[in-house]
Amino acid sequence: MIRMRMMVMTGLLLLGGQATALEFKQVSATESSVTFAYKQMGVPLEGKFNQFTAQISFDPARLNLAQARIDIGVSSIDTGSAEADEEVLGKLWFNAKSHPVASFVASGIRAVGANRYEATGRLSIKGKTLDISAPVTFQASGTRGVFDGSFTLKRLDYAIGEGAWADVSTVANDIQIRFHLVVNATSGKK
Amino acid sequence: MSPLSARYDNIAITLHWLVALLIFAAFPLGVYMHDLPLSPTKLQLYSYHKWLGITVLMLAVVRALWRSTHTPPPLPATLQRWEHVVSHLTHMALYALILAVPLSGWLMSSAKGFQTVWFGVLPLPDLLGKDKELGELLALVHQGLNLALFLLVAMHIAAVIKHRFIDRDDILARMLPKGINK
Repeated sequence: MIRMRMMVMTGLLLLGGQATALEFKQVSATESSVTFAYKQMGVPLEGKFNQFTAQISFDPARLNLAQARIDIGVSSIDTGSAEADEEVLGKLWFNAKSHPVASFVASGIRAVGANRYEATGRLSIKGKTLDISAPVTFQASGTRGVFDGSFTLKRLDYAIGEGAWADVSTVANDIQIRFHLVVNATSGKK
Repeated sequence: MSPLSARYDNIAITLHWLVALLIFAAFPLGVYMHDLPLSPTKLQLYSYHKWLGITVLMLAVVRALWRSTHTPPPLPATLQRWEHVVSHLTHMALYALILAVPLSGWLMSSAKGFQTVWFGVLPLPDLLGKDKELGELLALVHQGLNLALFLLVAMHIAAVIKHRFIDRDDILARMLPKGINK
């Protein structure tokens, strides 16, 4: 707990320049994105999820109160090829019928530098939940805040791509998830 | 020694047979993989096909440069004028196709959003941005050029057979390494 307080205080000190407390909690869906990057036969590829909702409550001056939850509609996936979009919804990949939503629920965020944070939380995909952490940057200009972050997951940890697809020499195990969240502020509690 | 014993030089002969071998692997592979349902095998075959194709393209560039700077051995004196013309046109078309076929595949790949990484190691630049409709158009172009290549190669081989067994002027010797023919 003491350690926790120290971190929060450090965070407050780092953010000392921002006198007004703003709570960023109105997510702009149209400006936000959840994308992913992976390699297939050594070829870099990118995709995205077209449907997701994010509930965020973030006051840089009160990190201990920060909350974040992101729910992704798995079947909104765009892998870049129609053939693959269909394939990855199947049982061997996301099994989208049984597990239509992938979610991330933050458990904490700590400041690690100017505008830089480390977010931790639990990521659930295909019925499996694992702890993850991701570096996040937060840039605010006026009442508009932008989170950018990325982390790499091992798809086999979530059984994404079973059977013949478990061969990681074809589709690599490392999947980089990138999120770009535009969140507008409402005036925070004093 | 007849004038027919003049051969292409060793570089030209090596390049010819190497490209022939690669095309005889890449072409049926392309036909086969095209209709497969999505699987790791399909992704692997597509990559192998692309690696072979890019190798053909590289060798074809070398061949075109070599051909433009070296005089090929003369055709047999027994050949008719029309045979000279057809032979010349066929060979020029074959050169054009061994460049155009892999190039169209590379462009198609880029337009479809799949970069080509040669042997999984050397990333080639995407000469076109991702564009679904252009990708589908280039797929047709790639198919059409391949059909043309198939027909010309068939004609090329038919001509060799005709010259060897009917005309008996043994034009094939020009493209065989020393010692294989006689």
